[in-house]
Amino acid sequence: MKTILYIIQKEFKQIFRNKGMLPIIFVLPILQLVILSNAATFEVKNIKFGYIDHDRTSTSRALVEKFNASTYFNVLKNYPSETLASSDMLKGNVDIILQIPQHFERDLQKEKSNTLGITINAIDGAAAGVENVYISQIIKNFNKNIKTDLVQVSDTQIQPISIETIPLFWYNETLNYKTYMVPGILVLLVTMITLFLSGMNIVREKEIGTLEQINVTPIKKSQFIIGKLFPFWVIGMGLLSVGLILARLIFNIPIIGSLPLMYLYTSVYLLVILGIGLFISNFTDTQQQAMFISWFFVVIFILMSGLFTPIESMPKWAQMVTEFNPVKYFVEVMRMVMLKGSGFSDILTRLLKTVVYAFIMNGLAVWSYKKTN
Amino acid sequence: MSITVSNISKSYKSVKALENIYFNVKEGELFGLIGPDGAGKTTLFRILTTLLIANEGSATVAGFDVVSDYKKIRNNVGYMPGKFSLYQDLTIEENLNFFATIFGTTIKENYELIKDIYVQIEPFKDRRAGKLSGGMKQKLALCCALIHKPKVLFLDEPTTGVDPVSRKEFWDMLKRLQQKGITILVSTPYMDEAALCDRVALIQDGKILQVDAPNAIVKHYSKQIYNISAHNMYLLINALKSYKYNHSVYPFGEFVHYTDQRADFNPENLKVYLESKKLSQIVIKNTEPTIEDTFMELAK
Repeated sequence: MKTILYIIQKEFKQIFRNKGMLPIIFVLPILQLVILSNAATFEVKNIKFGYIDHDRTSTSRALVEKFNASTYFNVLKNYPSETLASSDMLKGNVDIILQIPQHFERDLQKEKSNTLGITINAIDGAAAGVENVYISQIIKNFNKNIKTDLVQVSDTQIQPISIETIPLFWYNETLNYKTYMVPGILVLLVTMITLFLSGMNIVREKEIGTLEQINVTPIKKSQFIIGKLFPFWVIGMGLLSVGLILARLIFNIPIIGSLPLMYLYTSVYLLVILGIGLFISNFTDTQQQAMFISWFFVVIFILMSGLFTPIESMPKWAQMVTEFNPVKYFVEVMRMVMLKGSGFSDILTRLLKTVVYAFIMNGLAVWSYKKTN
Repeated sequence: MSITVSNISKSYKSVKALENIYFNVKEGELFGLIGPDGAGKTTLFRILTTLLIANEGSATVAGFDVVSDYKKIRNNVGYMPGKFSLYQDLTIEENLNFFATIFGTTIKENYELIKDIYVQIEPFKDRRAGKLSGGMKQKLALCCALIHKPKVLFLDEPTTGVDPVSRKEFWDMLKRLQQKGITILVSTPYMDEAALCDRVALIQDGKILQVDAPNAIVKHYSKQIYNISAHNMYLLINALKSYKYNHSVYPFGEFVHYTDQRADFNPENLKVYLESKKLSQIVIKNTEPTIEDTFMELAK
């Protein structure tokens, strides 16, 4: 026990003496949290909008006016021809082209229906999807108003009853992206920092040769590993605390659920991450290699965690893969507890899976540590 | 016996690093492992310090088998690897404290043993190990290897890259440690250091060439060696190498060490030959063989 304590003490000394590492551990995560949470939003604004009006009637002008009134669209140009519009889209000057056909108003009155041509620049697929929703909403609204304008009184009897939906967004009423992103980014930071640091730490001893010196001492592997990894567990917990405080103070994110529950889950989760870090460091010889391999895993973990893209929309096989992604569980638990106030029984399955994961990872790591050294 | 090594072999894939290594080191002996770079000295050290397992053969250190009793060995040996491997970002005192703690002891407890060495670096005890000079780093490493009062001390090329004064100092320290009853196994590529050991093993390409006391090893050298000098070293070596009766020609400081194949060799004949090669100021003298000569002869 005394040995472990001494190693921990030594480890902390080394961490605090490493002038290059300190800001990486404490300042960068905070900067990232502040910057990413403000920047990483799925809202698309200032959409470059152009149109070709073949109709030139009050109805077509009213439709364009609707887009003009929206804060999301910048109505830039009325193109005289399709060729000009397409070439402008090719140049990137315009993202959406709305084509209003000839006799738009007349046909609308006569046939009671009409079609509009919309071309969306889908280089950025996610943005194109969002833009499509905005456009549909504006046109739907326009459609509703135009009915009252165009439809003659005698037709009112055959007017179908329309169904309207009024969505309620539970747990995040205003669909505030920050509420949704901050817990996720917090997860990302805690994971990244602890994985990188723990992965690089033991390799560093290998690199500078101290591991060989340690190996000829009577110290037990378990003492050494615990002593080396515990400081990063503490740092991980510290990062979580700093992140939660920032989330509350800067972003005003509601923390509905219980804090001890979050800490309980994080404490187990960090064991998984430290196990992965140790595992990586067993199979690498330099800090550089360890860094690259950790980075590889972090990217996969994060992209498949449901942090940026919903897991439900992934193909079946990818969904299966995410079952093995510890970050996924952490993201889910953080969002559930912070935003919804989930209790212990709600996260129990995820907690158990994480515990099993921690056992497997650390078991593998300790086993391979013995084997390679 | 403090260390016994019998028929140790170790290969890395297709490379044979050690082949049938055998020797014994008595208790309290200062034993040298002499050989050039790549001879297998470090591999042997790693096997004896339980960092590596040999393919064949067995060895004991301080009475414990290196494979089955490796845990006991780790309590009883001190190891100073060739490369400086202490924490550069910890101070002298912290490094020493760290190693004392993981050996379950304290600096105070064994201070007597390291005192001689430690007092020399004590004024800098708050300096980080990374900022120390080569000689001081080495003294610190030695202190760390001694802090738990080991029975056997392994020093892997401790003097490589160290200035001559520090080298001399270092060997004096080893002598003093030896008097305290510690068995020391030291490896070095420097032949002149071999004479300072009680016994040495000459090792090359993973094989033992000879194990004996330094002065006894020299006696194995049967031929008479001649120190030859002339006005031009380069021409002299060339001339000697093209002499048809030469047995060995090695530059040795300001002289060339020469041996002849013939039993009835007369230096005068050689002098005549050298003069015919347009060399002047020729001096040919008898000399005693050194360990280096022996090594070169054995390694032939």
